[in-house]
Amino acid sequence: MTLLSVRDMKTDIGQYAVLHGVSFDVNEGGVFVLLGRNGAGKTTTLRSIMGLWKPSPGSVTFQGEEISGMATADIARKNIAYVPENMGIFGGLTIEENLVLATAKGKFDQTRLSRIYDLFPALEKFWTKQAWSLSGGQKQMLAVARAIVEPRALILIDEPTKGLAPSIVAAMGEAFREIAQSTTILLVEQNFNFARSLGRDMAVIDDGRVVHQGAMADFAADAELQGRLLGLSA
Amino acid sequence: MNKLSDTLGRFGGVNLLPVALAAIAFVLIGAPSSWVTLTIAGLSMGMMVFLMASGLSLVFGLMDVLNFGHSAFISFGAFVAASVLAALGGWLDGDNIMLASAALGLALLAAIAFGLAAGLFFETVIIRPVYRDHLRQILITMGALIVSEQIILAIWGGTPMTVPRPAFLHGAWIIGDVSIEIYRVFAFGLGLAVFIGLMVLLNRTRVGLLIRAGVENREMVEALGFKIDRLFIGVFMLGSALAALGGAMWAGYETLITPALGGEMMIVVFIVVIIGGLGSIEGTLLGAIIVGLTANYIGYLAPKLALASNMILMMAILMWRPSGLRPAVK
Amino acid sequence: MKDTFGALAIKTTMLVIAALLLFAPFLFQDVRALEVAARICIFIVLVASYDLLIGYTGIVSFAHTMFFGFGAYGTAIALKQMGPGWDAVAFGTGAGVLLSLVVAAAIGLISLRVKAIFFAMITLATASVVLVLASQLSQITGGEDGITYRVPELFKPTTKLLVDENGQVLRWFGVKLNGKLAAYYFVFLTSMVLFFLMLRITASPLGTVLKAIRENEARAEAVGYRVVAYRTFVFCLSAVVASLAGSVYAVWLKYTGPETTLSFSIMIDILLMVVIGGMGTMWGAVVGAVLMVMAQYYLRDLMGAAAEAMAGIPLLPEFLDPDRWLFWLGIIFILLVYFFPKGIVGTLMTKGARR
Repeated sequence: MTLLSVRDMKTDIGQYAVLHGVSFDVNEGGVFVLLGRNGAGKTTTLRSIMGLWKPSPGSVTFQGEEISGMATADIARKNIAYVPENMGIFGGLTIEENLVLATAKGKFDQTRLSRIYDLFPALEKFWTKQAWSLSGGQKQMLAVARAIVEPRALILIDEPTKGLAPSIVAAMGEAFREIAQSTTILLVEQNFNFARSLGRDMAVIDDGRVVHQGAMADFAADAELQGRLLGLSA
Repeated sequence: MNKLSDTLGRFGGVNLLPVALAAIAFVLIGAPSSWVTLTIAGLSMGMMVFLMASGLSLVFGLMDVLNFGHSAFISFGAFVAASVLAALGGWLDGDNIMLASAALGLALLAAIAFGLAAGLFFETVIIRPVYRDHLRQILITMGALIVSEQIILAIWGGTPMTVPRPAFLHGAWIIGDVSIEIYRVFAFGLGLAVFIGLMVLLNRTRVGLLIRAGVENREMVEALGFKIDRLFIGVFMLGSALAALGGAMWAGYETLITPALGGEMMIVVFIVVIIGGLGSIEGTLLGAIIVGLTANYIGYLAPKLALASNMILMMAILMWRPSGLRPAVK
Repeated sequence: MKDTFGALAIKTTMLVIAALLLFAPFLFQDVRALEVAARICIFIVLVASYDLLIGYTGIVSFAHTMFFGFGAYGTAIALKQMGPGWDAVAFGTGAGVLLSLVVAAAIGLISLRVKAIFFAMITLATASVVLVLASQLSQITGGEDGITYRVPELFKPTTKLLVDENGQVLRWFGVKLNGKLAAYYFVFLTSMVLFFLMLRITASPLGTVLKAIRENEARAEAVGYRVVAYRTFVFCLSAVVASLAGSVYAVWLKYTGPETTLSFSIMIDILLMVVIGGMGTMWGAVVGAVLMVMAQYYLRDLMGAAAEAMAGIPLLPEFLDPDRWLFWLGIIFILLVYFFPKGIVGTLMTKGARR
């Protein structure tokens, strides 16, 4: 069942054309990984889906509804959460305030909250601390927690492992696996090993176009394809 | 040295600056009674300037919009309130405190209402088209300022206007050999009340949470599903209303106002937000108090330096902290 | 690149304006017209120096009249104190330039490294303080009344440049060859030299760097240009030129006061001229200055007449009063920034050039 369908998305940033027509489909459930070299257009793709860049022409349909051209806030209200590359946490706000802001009505659902505590115990420990004082890994946890504090249909996550210590990366992988059981994750990732362990489906973007889409298992088995598309040596 | 700054930090860090200023002034002035009078005058001036500056600072913090036309709200607030007071002159003269308070309340409310309406107009018509374009923003708001000042001149004329005060705000309390002007205490109290109100709004409400989050990262607030544009209109209107209220209070303080009032106060307001750090309410209050105190102390100690003192203060603080004393977290 | 129609039109206009200004004393033989022509010359320099800043670096300063005033007051005070000699002109001009340079460098170094928007606020604050200081220090500056003084012998109206056999001042085409004429050509020539100097700078490698910074500050920084240093340099340069223009104006007017040099309304005039003409084009300064100065001298009369005609209607005459002319300028200004941010010259230049 197709949850998100991106068709021929073209995005210009200033005078530069970054996306030249991106098309791919994300099925419901599990983790969909978007791979590609630096500067290929992965982040721009996520931002365009969120309406933070305005793509044109092309179309983005979510649960059968056209969402391209909508305001970012309206897209978010379709139950799409976004975890940007810089994490986008509010440093001057406490962890509690960061999370409260992401709730729909200003109140926590206690079962979801305890699930967050289970996934990321550090957040409970520093509950009333201002977010800027957290470590990089804890900030990333907060950013992910913010995305799951309400039930979401789709979570866009941009390079969550960047600059994190291996132990934290592993914990993050566990969390994503757990989260993906109840929702769909569209993950942009440079760390191929991390992506391979999580992804069910995948696509590769290169120079503003999708150059490959398929199952992660097939891609992981094809070293030649990896080398060609990602520049990975087998 | 580090230990010293740590200790200072624990006791409030830069917040101690006004206290240090007052202490130095106490030594220099020598006469305690004059010092008390000047300190109260400085605090009340600081609070009125805070009213005028807070909106500018918040709007800049939230939307990265610097409104050079902000002083138009100050002038309009002053003239609207003065006109209401003049029209209700009969209520002010009598001994009936209720009537006099009602007149004052109506005048302040009229200024606030005008500020809200003008803010709405300004935001949607003047500023909306030039978001994210600082150069054109500065030019357009400057153009709007010119037009507003001309409107004031056309309506109220260029001659100074007397502002009647309610009888119960006239005069001063005498405690020992210290004389305290009642209006100054009133202005200080009102400013303090607004400051507390703003702090409650920002720190205890969901809207305030949104504003604080928006100051830091606009995009992320949108990505969480909130329409930041509406928030911005609200904050802009609030800021304009506060500026108008500040102008109205200032009119009552000066008792004689000219259309140049807005422009003169604007310089002070700019210095305050630069010193305090753009985008933070606490910083703006701190800057306003420092500027208010400095203006009064220097005005007494070395009247010729009064004007330049604010300038020197600003330069000194900028060299020490290029983003102001307490900038918003970005 | 082949000239577009728009570029051609601009070049022709420039030549016509230059010719009109060159022969102004002979073409328009009345006192007021000569005043207008001289004011145009000086404002072309003043606005062009402002354009150097706003158009080529994208930062807005509200202190340009302050530098203009430094030059004018420097020269005026020197002429008043030292007597009407060339030494006084040179000394006063030099002092004005030096002061402008120091103040500009100080403001630039303090505020340009933080945020461009701080710069606008700080220049506004500084300029206002200087304006108030000028009116307060009345022993030196003459306060609100300003200073009147005598200028070097050569520029006095009674000076005879050439005489006929009777000892009367010689006339060419009906124009007396007196000191007034010399003063005008002094203004014209210095203005032209300064303008072409600036034009040369914008065409130099420096101008290219400035354009790169304006287009993309982050990239220019990444490529290795020290953006703050360049901006401060341009700010100082534009301040110096403004100061020189002020000195020339002081010599021409034989009077210097807050209203003629320092006042905020002149700052607004400069802003209007640069926006009307077109930012970042240099030629825009010429067009803007010509249009605005002409409008200032001749349009106000028209408004006065209109106000009288509307005398019966409430409030409308108030807005048509010649004193309210800034109201209309303000509205025109806003509309221009909205709809023609490139100004007249910028819009003309891009006409056809895009294809």
